[in-house]
Amino acid sequence: MSALPRAAELGLIGCHVCGLVCRDTGREDAACPRCGAALHRRKRASVTRTWALLVAAFILYIPANVLPIMRTVSLGDVDDNTILSGVVELWVKGSPDLAVIVFTASIVVPMMKFLVIGMLLVCAQRGSRWAQAQRAKLYRMVEFIGYWSMLDVFVVALLTALVQFGFFSQVEPLPGVVYFGLTVVLTMLASMSFDPRMIWDAGTD
Amino acid sequence: MTAIDTSLQICEDCDTVYRRRALARGEVARCVRCGAELERHHRLGVDALLALVLTAMIVFVQANIWPIVTLGLNGQQVSSRLWGVIATMWRDRAPVVAVLAAATLFFFPVLRMLLLGLVLVHARRGRRGPGFREAMVALHYLRPWTMSEVFVMGALVAIVKAHMYFEVTANAGIYAYGALMLLVTVFSGVDLRRLWDLTAEPAR
Repeated sequence: MSALPRAAELGLIGCHVCGLVCRDTGREDAACPRCGAALHRRKRASVTRTWALLVAAFILYIPANVLPIMRTVSLGDVDDNTILSGVVELWVKGSPDLAVIVFTASIVVPMMKFLVIGMLLVCAQRGSRWAQAQRAKLYRMVEFIGYWSMLDVFVVALLTALVQFGFFSQVEPLPGVVYFGLTVVLTMLASMSFDPRMIWDAGTD
Repeated sequence: MTAIDTSLQICEDCDTVYRRRALARGEVARCVRCGAELERHHRLGVDALLALVLTAMIVFVQANIWPIVTLGLNGQQVSSRLWGVIATMWRDRAPVVAVLAAATLFFFPVLRMLLLGLVLVHARRGRRGPGFREAMVALHYLRPWTMSEVFVMGALVAIVKAHMYFEVTANAGIYAYGALMLLVTVFSGVDLRRLWDLTAEPAR
């Protein structure tokens, strides 16, 4: 037994809901005696589920970026904005700092989630011992910042509700924003279904 | 059956087993293997948490009854509240966005505050009230799905964007949301799992 014993070596399971340390009875249908949640040594079918959710999120991310998310009609002039053109507009019209925030939330964070979770999955499948501490840190970062991507969805919703000046000016949501909202939800589900314990299951050097 | 040892704890991120020890003020216990936070010193007692939840409820009501922003163009004015935003998205062929916003900005935050309030009212007396177990499980699953702080940021971006073409007036709602954002930040550092240790099982 190593200096840092892991739950499996001691025949223990930590409840993923309430954190209680339980003895592993070997039964598959065991429940936590404190909170009643099902006890699992690892999240169930973590690799398969996470891949499925990640691929689905990526497929929706394409229309989210290609299709416009918002239409502005003013005095008969129609202007459709995609996520990227919205960022460019903010930058050009005098708010580069907010443009950076929106660019980070809508483009950098989702792309980073795809890359990081994909990399974590590939490493877990290969039983890699490469950069375990850094991978654990990346996973926590992705979990922490993931939901901020919803920013652009809320911006479109607010502008739609506020810009209601009939013929003079009107904002409408376009399908891109729906795809984007669903992408964010799916990437959040993907990072939740990934089991970070797999990073360490290959053993340590 | 499953014997329990509450003097142990298991790192959620890597499954390493530790013996718990009392933490001094400001101390945080971290996993030696993966660096995840295991436990931190609880600066806020049950009473303080309950006070914060009540404050959050009051601020949340304010944030929802007052308009957030008003736009003006050619003397015409339009203002909106959260529910106005949700209703507009529902009407404007984006019901998915309406449902996402209603859930993450209204129903989940309300549910979280109510459940936490319920749990804390009983925890003050060191007891587990009715539905304690279900409430704690629900709170665990709701946690990642409340997004009020993202909405505040979204409102700021919307204001700046609208400012290019309209007269913009910030209303009381946006300040209430700002206050709510601060409260959310305080709560994000609170580990509710300790309520399991602080309360005794009800007598059977």
